[in-house]
Amino acid sequence: MNNFFARKYIIQGVLICATLLMVGKLFYIQIIDDSYILSANNNVLRKVVVYPARGIILDRNGKVLVQNEPVYDILVTPREVENIDTALFTELIGIDNEGFEKRMDKARNYSPYQASIFEKQLSAENYAKLQEHLYKFRGFYVQNRTVRNYPDSIAAQLLGYIQEVNQKDIERSNNFYRAGDYIGATGIERSYEEMLRGNRGVQNIMVDALNRPKGSFMDGKFDTLALSGDELISSLDKDLQKFSETLLENKMGSIVAIEPSSGEVLTMVSSPGYDPNLMVGRERGNNYAKLLENPFNPMFIRPIQASYPPGSIFKVISALTAQEAGVIEADTRFSCGGGYRYGRGGRAIMRCTHVHGSIDLIQSIKTSCNTYYGHIYHRMIDSRQMPGHKAYDLWKESLHKFGLGKKLGIDLPGEMAGFIPSSDYYTKLYGNNKWSSSFNISLSIGQGELGITPLQMANFSAIIANRGFYYRPHLVKGIGNKRKVKSEYTEKINAGVAAKYYEPVIEGMYKAVNEPGGTANAIRIAGLEMTGKTGTSQNPHGENHAVFIGFAPKENPKIAIAVFVENAGYGGVWAAPIGSMIMEKYLTDTVSLPQYIQDRIYEADLLPENKKEDDTNSIAQKPNPNKKNNSRKNKHRLAYHNLAVGKNEQSQEE
Amino acid sequence: MNNRRKNRFLNNLDWLTISIWFTLCIIGWFNIRAAVYDPAHPSLFNIHTNYGKQAVYILSAAVLGIFILIIDARFFISVSPFAYLITTLLLILVLVVGRSVGGNQAWIPLGSFRLQPAEFSKFATCLLLAYYMSEQSNRSAPALRKLIIASAIILFPVALIMLQPDAGSALTYSALIFVLYREGYVGTPLLAFGGLAIVLFILALLINQWVLIGILALIGGLIFSFGQKRKRNIIQLITIFVVSALYVLSVDFAYDELLQSHQRNRIDVLLGKIDDPQGEGYNLNQSKIAIGSGQLFGKGYLQGTQTKFKFVPEQSTDFIFCTIGEEWGFIGSVILIALYITLLLRLIHLAERQRIAFARIYGYGVFSILFFHFFINIGMTIGIVPVIGIPLPFISYGGSALWSFTILLFIFLKFDSTRKGLND
Repeated sequence: MNNFFARKYIIQGVLICATLLMVGKLFYIQIIDDSYILSANNNVLRKVVVYPARGIILDRNGKVLVQNEPVYDILVTPREVENIDTALFTELIGIDNEGFEKRMDKARNYSPYQASIFEKQLSAENYAKLQEHLYKFRGFYVQNRTVRNYPDSIAAQLLGYIQEVNQKDIERSNNFYRAGDYIGATGIERSYEEMLRGNRGVQNIMVDALNRPKGSFMDGKFDTLALSGDELISSLDKDLQKFSETLLENKMGSIVAIEPSSGEVLTMVSSPGYDPNLMVGRERGNNYAKLLENPFNPMFIRPIQASYPPGSIFKVISALTAQEAGVIEADTRFSCGGGYRYGRGGRAIMRCTHVHGSIDLIQSIKTSCNTYYGHIYHRMIDSRQMPGHKAYDLWKESLHKFGLGKKLGIDLPGEMAGFIPSSDYYTKLYGNNKWSSSFNISLSIGQGELGITPLQMANFSAIIANRGFYYRPHLVKGIGNKRKVKSEYTEKINAGVAAKYYEPVIEGMYKAVNEPGGTANAIRIAGLEMTGKTGTSQNPHGENHAVFIGFAPKENPKIAIAVFVENAGYGGVWAAPIGSMIMEKYLTDTVSLPQYIQDRIYEADLLPENKKEDDTNSIAQKPNPNKKNNSRKNKHRLAYHNLAVGKNEQSQEE
Repeated sequence: MNNRRKNRFLNNLDWLTISIWFTLCIIGWFNIRAAVYDPAHPSLFNIHTNYGKQAVYILSAAVLGIFILIIDARFFISVSPFAYLITTLLLILVLVVGRSVGGNQAWIPLGSFRLQPAEFSKFATCLLLAYYMSEQSNRSAPALRKLIIASAIILFPVALIMLQPDAGSALTYSALIFVLYREGYVGTPLLAFGGLAIVLFILALLINQWVLIGILALIGGLIFSFGQKRKRNIIQLITIFVVSALYVLSVDFAYDELLQSHQRNRIDVLLGKIDDPQGEGYNLNQSKIAIGSGQLFGKGYLQGTQTKFKFVPEQSTDFIFCTIGEEWGFIGSVILIALYITLLLRLIHLAERQRIAFARIYGYGVFSILFFHFFINIGMTIGIVPVIGIPLPFISYGGSALWSFTILLFIFLKFDSTRKGLND
């Protein structure tokens, strides 16, 4: 021992201080500061999404409308790719060498260490070829997903399509969706997205510092299973839908058939349509662009988005609202001398097709007498002890109750309300409110400024079938295992006209089909208690549009229908036979209309010639989706404009 | 008679130290397994894995230890100059034939094994230092001359190691100041100045140097106004102030010119001047995440995700403490630190009870080296000292380190066991 013995205490002191410093810091980072445990989990935990199968869609009889088909995404981790036979690889998945390099660059830009999508949606056949060789391509992986498949290629616009979510979708969903997810973009796929999409599962896997998977975290304790989407039972009848679509081939137009007792849409055709399978798979982008360029606008859902003056089918509504208003009764007679004279001193005439003589309500519907409805409308507007514009508003209100001029609320996105002008519209048009029925007499026969969608036409056909009420038309009759229906589709809505007023109207519609001299007598089917009303919607640009509404059987109706064929001509010639064939097909599964009529329908090509020319030069059309909306709006404005022009030139009705 | 001698020899051994040594070795072995765990080779003894190799190193270190314990203690005194000479030659040799690993030319390849001369130089330096200082303890040579020679003994291998360059190993020798201090070669004020110098160095990097000098002047003024014996102290105070001020002014220069950029970066990261968890700060950040996520009880053996999945670099060697912190938590870490503290305090106790100066001085040498490694290694993983790549004694993976620490410790244990038979 020497003199400096005491110095050992200083040295021990330094040691103790250093130790306390270490323990203090350890205490801080291990016990007090919780951020490290978070960082540690962020380091190792990767949440891998397990995609659920989207719910399938069946028709009302349980037949498949939309199913899922497995496809295979190829993923690549660029760092792991070594010495692969590029030539073989590109051949197997059907890309060229340049495409290979482009995809590799993209993947490298994303991350050399993390797997990213190399090629999307390889078909099962393609994958089968690749699978045998996959072991030769280190760094490439396959992840399977499902895409939609449409076995019958029908009802494209109704079923809609799905597409990858965009940034807006993600924001709107509060980050429910992640990049790469699919979302229903249109149609039922969009309306019922929340039921169809199912729930994603999450697998917690651990990765190492190079992001290589190292097995499941805590033996999968926090993993969740993917839950498939709900099955949807559509109200559509697949066979009927297919049949109806065939009938409208090479024609522009709509067919809507509704089961009146439930509001379920049995068939809904928008022609020209497209094959829904085009919107699936690797060619989707190209197909989509082509569809946008198509001058016939196959993405346009005519039954709910196009509106037209309904033509003579509107007379049934005029007859009903007039009875309810008390301006006529079933046996009220007017004299038809070949037209309805109006204006100062009767200088103007709204011509009728025939000279009907003294005619009652039933006959007026059976023969579609314009004169009769000129008188009715005159009484509705001019003889109700109130100014004409007020009477008009009352009348307009009664039209709304029939579901006209407003959205019916079908479970399809993009429905349009149609158009019924307000009294202000005419007041503005004529400069003052002193106008009378003579100013817009064409409304009485469904021409003029009216804009009615084919769905609304089918719906009021259903109202007549039901003698006064309807259910909101809808396309889905059951969701999931419990077969639930949205509550808004089980609510019975009254159309505002007492049941007793329907009988003469229905009688007229029955006779129009079943009695000689009826406008639709050509479509009579023996033994089928069918009713109907034909119409012709004025088209100042070409051939008129053919319209037909009807239901069958007369008592306890099972189907109510509206058929609208653009540029076809007379309703009785083009629309009524189609309506008849569909109703008979649905009720008895046969079609007994004379073969020559059937052939005429099948063989007719009623697509406008000028647009066909456009089709060959379709590059001139703008595929820009933003433009699409505009053009749609323009189309409407144009339609109204045209109708206004046609105002004074009253139509000849059948 | 043989039996009695053997018993006395075994009784004289300091079994506490040996138990701690053994415990630390085993802890190291298990945690190296956790750090490099490969489910394909789960056996603790697989020779192709690092923990398998470590088992071999531990066994051979034990054999080496036993071998040391049966050699006559006087042999180590007489062999001191030769050991120093040989390790010095090896340090020169490594500069010529050494293999460069990670930028440092520190290893001499011997077949499949790599020898790291800097590790062995530590105990050789301690031996020669003890040899020289014990020679001087009974002579009255001028203090300054003794200090210069002792310093030269320490700084010569430091210079050679700096040439590799291996700043971490070189810094280890700075711990030998405790030996000089204990033997009276440097005084308490100098030790305090040493501490002060470190504090000032850090402050100078963090605070504007002129502001810092102002603060120092203020402190000096306060001490002057409230202190006793003003006149005697004023000269001292002014001297201290001027030296401190010059020192502060030179820190920036030294920092920019004398340190290499990666060393500067490590210090900047530690001081929070660089916030770059993916780049410069990656090691420290990942290391803190691993240890911090261990929390109170740790994640359990082989359950540490951060170390198992290689987020922490160098985890079986320099960053082995991450594995311990992550898998055994605060409790495990404190137990490990307690083991070291027990060992280090025990070493001081043993050193002080030596009857010959050589053994005492050498004992302090052992203490200094182990203390430095212990504090710097754990300190760097939790962010209280800059990242300096030196192993954690007896725990980090590596044969050279384990053997040199074992030789260092066991030579001292040999002296201790025969202390009653040795006299100056």
